[in-house]
Amino acid sequence: MSLVSIKDLKVSFKTRRGNVQAVRGISLEVAKGEVLGIVGESGSGKSVTSYALMRLLDKGGSISGGDLSYGGIDLKAASENEMKDLRGREISMIFQNPRAALNPIRKVGHQIEDVLCRHAKATRSNVRSEAIKALEAVKINDAEQRYDAYPFELSGGMCQRVVIAIALACDPKLLIADEPTTGLDITTQKAVMDLITELISERDMSALVITHDLGLAAQYCDRIVVMKDGEVVEEGQSDQVFTAPKHQYTLKLVDATPRIGVSVRELLLPDQRTPFPELKKVDLPLLEVRDLTKTFQGKSGPVHAVKGVSFTVKKGQSVGLVGESGCGKSTTSSILARLLDPTSGEVLFNGEDLSKTPARKFSRDPRRASIQMVFQDATDSFNPRHTARQIIGEPLARLTQMARKQRRSRVEELAVLVGLPVKLLDRFPHQLSGGQKARVGIARAIAVEPEFLILDEPTAALDVSIQAVVLNLLVDLRARLGLSFLFVSHDLHVVRLLCDEVIVMKEGKIVEAGAAEQVMTSPTHAYTRTLLSAAPHPPILTVPTSSAAE
Amino acid sequence: MTGRLATVGLRITHSIPVILGVVVVSFLLTRALPGDPAVYFAGPAADAASIAQIRTALGLDKPLPEQFLIYATDVLRGDFGQSISTGQPVSEDLANRLPASLELTLTALLLSCAIAIPIGVLAATRPGSAVDHLCRILVTAGVSLPTFFTGVVLIYVFYYLLGIAPSPLGRLDFIYIEPDHVTGFYLIDAAIAGDWETWLAALKQLVLPAVTLALFTLAPLARMTRAAMLSALSSDYIRTARASGLTDNKVLFTYAFRNALLPVITTLGMVFSFTLGANVLVEKVFAWPGIGSYAVEALVVSDYAAVQGFVLAMALLFVALNLIIDLTYSMIDPRIGFEAK
Amino acid sequence: MTDVVSNSVPPTRNHGALDHFLYVLRSNPVTLLAFMMLAVLLVAALVGPAITPYDPLTSNAAIALQPPSLDHWFGTDNLGRDVFSRVIVATRLDLAISVAAVALSFVIGSLLGSIAGYWGGWLDSVLNRLFDTIMAFPLFVLAMGIVAALGNTVENIVYATAVINIPFYARLVRAEVNIRREAGFTQAAKLSGNSDIRVLALHIFPNALPPMMVQVSLNLGWAILNAAGLSFIGLGVRPPTAEWGIMVAEGANFIVSGEWWLALFPGLALMFAVFTFNLLGDGLRDIVDPRQRT
Repeated sequence: MSLVSIKDLKVSFKTRRGNVQAVRGISLEVAKGEVLGIVGESGSGKSVTSYALMRLLDKGGSISGGDLSYGGIDLKAASENEMKDLRGREISMIFQNPRAALNPIRKVGHQIEDVLCRHAKATRSNVRSEAIKALEAVKINDAEQRYDAYPFELSGGMCQRVVIAIALACDPKLLIADEPTTGLDITTQKAVMDLITELISERDMSALVITHDLGLAAQYCDRIVVMKDGEVVEEGQSDQVFTAPKHQYTLKLVDATPRIGVSVRELLLPDQRTPFPELKKVDLPLLEVRDLTKTFQGKSGPVHAVKGVSFTVKKGQSVGLVGESGCGKSTTSSILARLLDPTSGEVLFNGEDLSKTPARKFSRDPRRASIQMVFQDATDSFNPRHTARQIIGEPLARLTQMARKQRRSRVEELAVLVGLPVKLLDRFPHQLSGGQKARVGIARAIAVEPEFLILDEPTAALDVSIQAVVLNLLVDLRARLGLSFLFVSHDLHVVRLLCDEVIVMKEGKIVEAGAAEQVMTSPTHAYTRTLLSAAPHPPILTVPTSSAAE
Repeated sequence: MTGRLATVGLRITHSIPVILGVVVVSFLLTRALPGDPAVYFAGPAADAASIAQIRTALGLDKPLPEQFLIYATDVLRGDFGQSISTGQPVSEDLANRLPASLELTLTALLLSCAIAIPIGVLAATRPGSAVDHLCRILVTAGVSLPTFFTGVVLIYVFYYLLGIAPSPLGRLDFIYIEPDHVTGFYLIDAAIAGDWETWLAALKQLVLPAVTLALFTLAPLARMTRAAMLSALSSDYIRTARASGLTDNKVLFTYAFRNALLPVITTLGMVFSFTLGANVLVEKVFAWPGIGSYAVEALVVSDYAAVQGFVLAMALLFVALNLIIDLTYSMIDPRIGFEAK
Repeated sequence: MTDVVSNSVPPTRNHGALDHFLYVLRSNPVTLLAFMMLAVLLVAALVGPAITPYDPLTSNAAIALQPPSLDHWFGTDNLGRDVFSRVIVATRLDLAISVAAVALSFVIGSLLGSIAGYWGGWLDSVLNRLFDTIMAFPLFVLAMGIVAALGNTVENIVYATAVINIPFYARLVRAEVNIRREAGFTQAAKLSGNSDIRVLALHIFPNALPPMMVQVSLNLGWAILNAAGLSFIGLGVRPPTAEWGIMVAEGANFIVSGEWWLALFPGLALMFAVFTFNLLGDGLRDIVDPRQRT
């Protein structure tokens, strides 16, 4: 018998525009001891489903139809008090952004004790030792000392361990993990996921893992449910869903997931794959970085963000800069974009040292137009009071002598070039979708025909299927405009798709550099190997999807 | 714990430049007096010689930095100058009248906290309910009430129409004798003396002005409490607590309320500022013999030394109150000690 | 293409903003009321002196202290002046003082706040110290001190009210500018060739304006209270000028003998004005950012 059974669940939300159906009649089962993954892109209703199961829907949300049962208990009919007894004792939940999920001004030990006391799993005399045991169970070293820590004193990964400790303190039968690794570094991600699966199997629990990452789900779950627009489109064993997807949408998701041995074109559906463009490469250096350092004055002494970095980007070349948060890759890219002054070192661009002109004055430098940037968070990079047309036209107005009329036609030309419908040009950023915003950001960056384009995680905030489209657009533009790229990312698999060479950074230093394929297949540095192995490993397709669909 | 102590030390040192700034500003205010201060201090009947004499006595012929040093030293010694209307040192006048003001202000603040915080919490936990609407009305109407006008209306209703309030003239009706001076707070002194009749009479005098002041401070406190509770209740850690099955009381008090208290405590600083200002007006309306009405009386007769002494004293009092607020805050918020390290 | 255009999104923002404005007015009629109350105040301030039935300054001992009647809607004061006329005429002066004070502090505060927030560094520290010092005084008390020192005139009331308000604006602008200083669109604007001043004036400041407008509205109410409070204790406006604070002060002397109309009507007018600006501020807050609603 299954532990959880959801039948024809419907959830709707009251909004200003009337009722919105977030979940439109889904059914699924979780067996005892099973790990079920719910995969979907943003807005698919995957999180709402789990909150409905906990009966913790946000204000305005309600279960408008269907049945929910847990171990024979009708969750839809249960009273709020009965639900309170179930939450934490039978069904527990962990969340994304673990630091915010903990009470900032309460010791973590006390937060665990609260749950233990609530469900009478400990008495006054042994509650402290039980809480410490719970911390030890999630492999926190010095659990005794961590008991007295506040969340702000712990790292993100450590906070997630505490959240897991709270969730598992009362030995629940079911754990719901809502995007448990989003926002964590790739190595921490792996540690957290490994821990969760280990604890679940040790305690013979069931789990519901909600994620946007098909690769992660395939690696850690027994079975996968794929959701789209509030409906289940596919369900099956993990490797089967991945290797032989039945539904067109799943196929698209699988294809779009970057993985070993696949080219950027193969992320797209077969009928959208155009021939790979020919790239012109000239064996002349465009950008030479020599012994670049940057030191910030922090509250507790100087912070060395970049500690002597040297590399070269040739004309027409695409170089990837990879590392985890805090490795100095963003600082480096800001310096190269001339938004930040280096502490020391040279930045030679076509042989001239750019760092001689301070960042403050660089906006009026004739070379400003040659170096442009595409930002990580497109929404944040647009003035919310400007339309797409104004946004794309801004560099044209400031950096070129074009007349107004000329600019107008140039903006429309650019929109066509990046695949943005011209009629959307008069919209404001908040009226555009994620993919459209990414296109606007790219159009702005290439408006003044730069030679060198810095891409700062341009797809990090996008769903995989849109990421696939945007990555391909970048490849086309590079070929067409003869651009050189510096592609900054935390994800080696994405970088590989776009770059000829890869630079791996750690703690402000370059630990490995070389041809992309070589770094991916035979990394020399231990850290590169850790990064590579930490990324989720989707099962390798037995039959290439392209031929399966043909 | 050493981190905490260091924080306390740091907070105290932080207020030193503020105090310095306050002294500079009040020095500038005394020197910005209309006309020649020497002429003014010498009095209307003075001749040139006595004006010059006063000028030298006051140090007005010296360069400004030196004048400031003299002024600062005087302030440090507690010498705020001489009041021409009472003939007493200003600091002595202020010290005599301060307890009256403090008794009024503190009673009002306690009263408004006791009402505003529960209302704010209830309004936040039951949005759209009667309490929520009451809170909204209180908040919007409350900040629109001119204190002096509220006081006048209350006097009219409770003294003139209903006759249940005593005449609005000071801290104690003249038929009672002041309790022996211990703290200067009549309620406490009368209680110490065991004179409950006087205690009751003092309380009766206190009720209307305290309510007037409390009405004024109610609004910002209730507004902030409600907002802070709402934002705490919608945060991720509350979701975690709910998902762990914690009881409503636990979620509300241990998790939401303690977090919501932090911004409320910060607002208290602003509320103190308003209260100390409104205090002046309320004291005038109720003829309350505190330092506010002292300043108003001094203003009427152009007794500038008294007015500026009052401004400086109020500022120092406010700095002290802010320091207490800061320290309370760092006691509650564990993150503060960390920053200081 | 996956990113299809969804049709529910209105085509332009102006349309959207208007929609939102109408939505807020519809769902919150109180805001509509606030706009109507503002209209009443503005009419009284603009044409007040022309529409009053009596001269606000002419005294007539024969009709002193008469309760409200059909002839004198709000009664007469101790000198036989018509309270209604005086209340209406006072609108212009009270609004003028507060608008002038708020405008002054808005301009100076925005300027100083922008500089402090954008460039930071020692300038920021110095300005911060200055604002700390101003705010270390109970504000009304500082205003008293300033007016007492500079001289007892209406202009000085305006200056004093402006000075005590500057830190609020400066702090708000500083915070708003500061959070946008490192924002993506600021960096993008620099990449597009905008100089620092251009970035600040054309990209950052306009985005900080909406919260400022809320502050302005709430502040106007407070400035009126402040000015009235000062004249209540005898600073600034002198009798026989009609001004709400001073009228309440004069009327207060008669309250214990039961002549309530002297103080009540100017007091109510004062409340009405402050209430209007507070309602308006809350309404604007909803329009500007529905999430901030408190």
